[in-house]
Amino acid sequence: MHSSTSWLARPFRERATQLFLSILLAALATVTLLNLALPEGHPLHVSTYTVTLLGKYLSYALLAVAVDLVWGYLGILSLGHGAFFALGGYAMGMYLMRQIGDRGTYGDPVLPDFMVFLDWDSLPWYWLGFDMAGFAFLMVLLAPGLLALVFGFLAFRSRVTGVYLSIITQALTFALMLAFFRNEMGFGGNNGLTDFKELLGFDLRSDATRLGLFLATGIALALGYVLCRAIVTSKLGRVSVATRDAEARTRFLGYRVERFQLFIFVVSAMLAGVAGALYVPQVGIINPSEFSPIFSIEIVLWVALGGRATLYGAVIGAILVNYAKTVFTGVMPDAWLFALGGLFVLVTVLLPKGIAGLLAYRLKPRRLQREPTDPSSPPREASA
Amino acid sequence: MKIPPCLGRMLALCLLAWLPLAVSAQDDGGQPLLESLDAASYAQMGEAIEAIIESGDERSRGWLEALLGGKLQRHKETGRFVVVLENRGRDWPVADALTGEAFGEMSRRDLDRLGINNALRGQLQSALAVLDLHVPDTRDRREAARALLGDVDASLVEPLEAVISGEEDAEVRRLLEQGLAIHRLEQGSVEAVASLEGSLNSRVRAALNSAARSDDPALAEAASSALADIEQKMKLNRGLETLYFGLSLGSVLVLAAIGLAITFGVMGVINMAHGELIMLGAYTTWAMQQLLPGQPGLAMVLSIPAGFLVAALAGIAIERGVIQFLKGRPLETLLATFGVSLILQQLVRTVISPLNRTVVTPEWMSGSIMINEGLSLTLNRLYVLGFALVVFAGLMLVMRRTRLGLEVRAVTQNRAMARSMGIRATRVDIMTFALGSGVAGLAGVALSQLTNVGPNLGQNYIIDSFMVVVFGGVGNLWGTLVAGLSLGVINQVLEPWAGAVLAKILVLVFIILFIQKRPRGLFPQKGRAAEG
Repeated sequence: MHSSTSWLARPFRERATQLFLSILLAALATVTLLNLALPEGHPLHVSTYTVTLLGKYLSYALLAVAVDLVWGYLGILSLGHGAFFALGGYAMGMYLMRQIGDRGTYGDPVLPDFMVFLDWDSLPWYWLGFDMAGFAFLMVLLAPGLLALVFGFLAFRSRVTGVYLSIITQALTFALMLAFFRNEMGFGGNNGLTDFKELLGFDLRSDATRLGLFLATGIALALGYVLCRAIVTSKLGRVSVATRDAEARTRFLGYRVERFQLFIFVVSAMLAGVAGALYVPQVGIINPSEFSPIFSIEIVLWVALGGRATLYGAVIGAILVNYAKTVFTGVMPDAWLFALGGLFVLVTVLLPKGIAGLLAYRLKPRRLQREPTDPSSPPREASA
Repeated sequence: MKIPPCLGRMLALCLLAWLPLAVSAQDDGGQPLLESLDAASYAQMGEAIEAIIESGDERSRGWLEALLGGKLQRHKETGRFVVVLENRGRDWPVADALTGEAFGEMSRRDLDRLGINNALRGQLQSALAVLDLHVPDTRDRREAARALLGDVDASLVEPLEAVISGEEDAEVRRLLEQGLAIHRLEQGSVEAVASLEGSLNSRVRAALNSAARSDDPALAEAASSALADIEQKMKLNRGLETLYFGLSLGSVLVLAAIGLAITFGVMGVINMAHGELIMLGAYTTWAMQQLLPGQPGLAMVLSIPAGFLVAALAGIAIERGVIQFLKGRPLETLLATFGVSLILQQLVRTVISPLNRTVVTPEWMSGSIMINEGLSLTLNRLYVLGFALVVFAGLMLVMRRTRLGLEVRAVTQNRAMARSMGIRATRVDIMTFALGSGVAGLAGVALSQLTNVGPNLGQNYIIDSFMVVVFGGVGNLWGTLVAGLSLGVINQVLEPWAGAVLAKILVLVFIILFIQKRPRGLFPQKGRAAEG
């Protein structure tokens, strides 16, 4: 009992976490206030469009935190986290599809439009239950979690690590993308799922729902951040950092490395699934392009830019890169890929510790040489 | 046997080419023959056609073709017979039907067409078919005989039998006999089945199929058993075809992956821009063809060294500009080179075009080789297959038999030791990376013949390439060859019943599972090289 509370409470005693949470909550409050209290047309008014855009950034930030958890603290570069994100998104999308009911173009009370279009006469079995919010939200966690469990179990058991793991995670998301593009899969083919009407009875187009979704995403990000901090500061987190730095040595110390890896990998996949589920109602569509290998590798860039193994760096990176993307694609779309490509090169060559590394340099020059994770005490021997 | 209009025009041009030679020998036996063609009734015209065939005049083929295509016309004022070379617009270029000399253009209002009806058209077509059987080139005669299959009617039986007795080539005789046999089969002859056995021609099969449904039980049975035999043979052919397509796809995979087997497998550098180096090779081929318009063959040959050079130089730039700063940090290398790949893609989109470019296939690479009537191999794929093997052999030689290969192996196995032996490791790095990149360029040159050349070309191959290298066993060139070819064949075998996309997914899943079982691939490295 005692140990479990201290495990969850520990992050709140860290100054960095306190700072991060206060900034995040202050930002959420400010945006809400500027959106609600100020009249439209006021120079400081935040439009609902912007609120939704920020909500999208926040869901990306949660996804980046999930990637940082495995890459920063476990040393596993997953190039397939987009797959978990998309699976969570599809689970949410399926629920939203069922909520449309008979308001679709074809007016079928049960079948989504694309199935009517394909002449299907009944729901495939894996669509059953998605009319219930509770079941759907459970699947948001379970679908990516199960995939991560099976994939991770196989991969970690046979000690596939490093570049090999990166490449097969990429193959995984690529294979899923091809699969979801097929109409026969029953997920809407390349159009994906769209035309959502309402979530839990709230109209998705109303300003209040959109603000609510933004706030929910922000709170999910805060909770996800605290959970990850709790994990990485626990004993388990220290073992995983040890695994990252010297896998063979950790194994020889008696730790079942693959179990730690599997646990963290599955948690990270579930977090990515939640991020996807929050992303879909705000963007209004989920399609197989979320599975594309490029998207997954872009997530890694957010983390690299923000600073690996800091968690808050991942949040900064995700928001910065996506804000830049919004600006670039609006002003000069051709230049975006140049900028993104250049960013990849510059960050890896010149800024290996990312923005968080720069911040640490500014804030505490004394500890410049220390690892950003800074485990305060070395991992003690545990009973394996 | 329909002759499309464009073909007719081409034939008319051919006619122009050889007519002058023929004319010098004989002067105008032709004029009365043509005069009789311009007859009052179609029946008389039919007789005139017979007369032309019997005359044995060397120009008769040209006349009949022109007549069939509606291009044999008569000038209203002079009564001269002309062949229209191109009937577009108001004024048509024409040639004299007797001498073959082109003499400028004539208004179409001054010309009278020698019209024909459907019966005459049929007569002309079969007459031309028989005429084709007299050309000197054996291959053309076979083609003509094959075209006749299923088109033989009672009127052709006699002339064909005459042709068969005079024919020297066994293949032509066989085809003609089959043609006659189809005709006899349609008349209900059971014996005809014997001479059709084992043929893979679709018309023979169609004839046998309808015979198998006939009311005559003896005929139906004979036809069915012949069909079963043919089906067996077809199955074998389909198997061979699948194998060929599989090997062809495999050779593409090998080409795309073999450069990666050098940079990733031997050097351990993850180059996500490898696909874009392939793309650069393909664009080099395109650029070469733009520089040498009208000579796609020469451009193709020249783009082999050019593609190698361009990609190798780009590779050196990537190595010097990015990779050298990330030594020993494979995951960062992956990300940085991915950035390079994005930049290269966008560069091509901005500088050249976001749209696909067309690369012309040189004449000696187009067409196909016919093994038998059920199996033909497309030449361009055969060339790519051969090219892949040559590139592979070349790389093997470089790695095994040259100083560079020795140094590369030394540096990758023990860098510090190699350096202390006086090997300049940095130089070896650059050379190796240039070699691997250059090979990617070669892959691009070959791929430009098989797929669209566009900014996304490389992206489509990068995951496949990595899969091939990982599947084959990193650091092992033989593994890459075997893995590439076998993945290609597996893909093609799965495709008929799973569909193209599902086959690809299954192959990916298979590799993912395979890696779990054997993390170091088909042919893992052993000994010291495997460490690290």
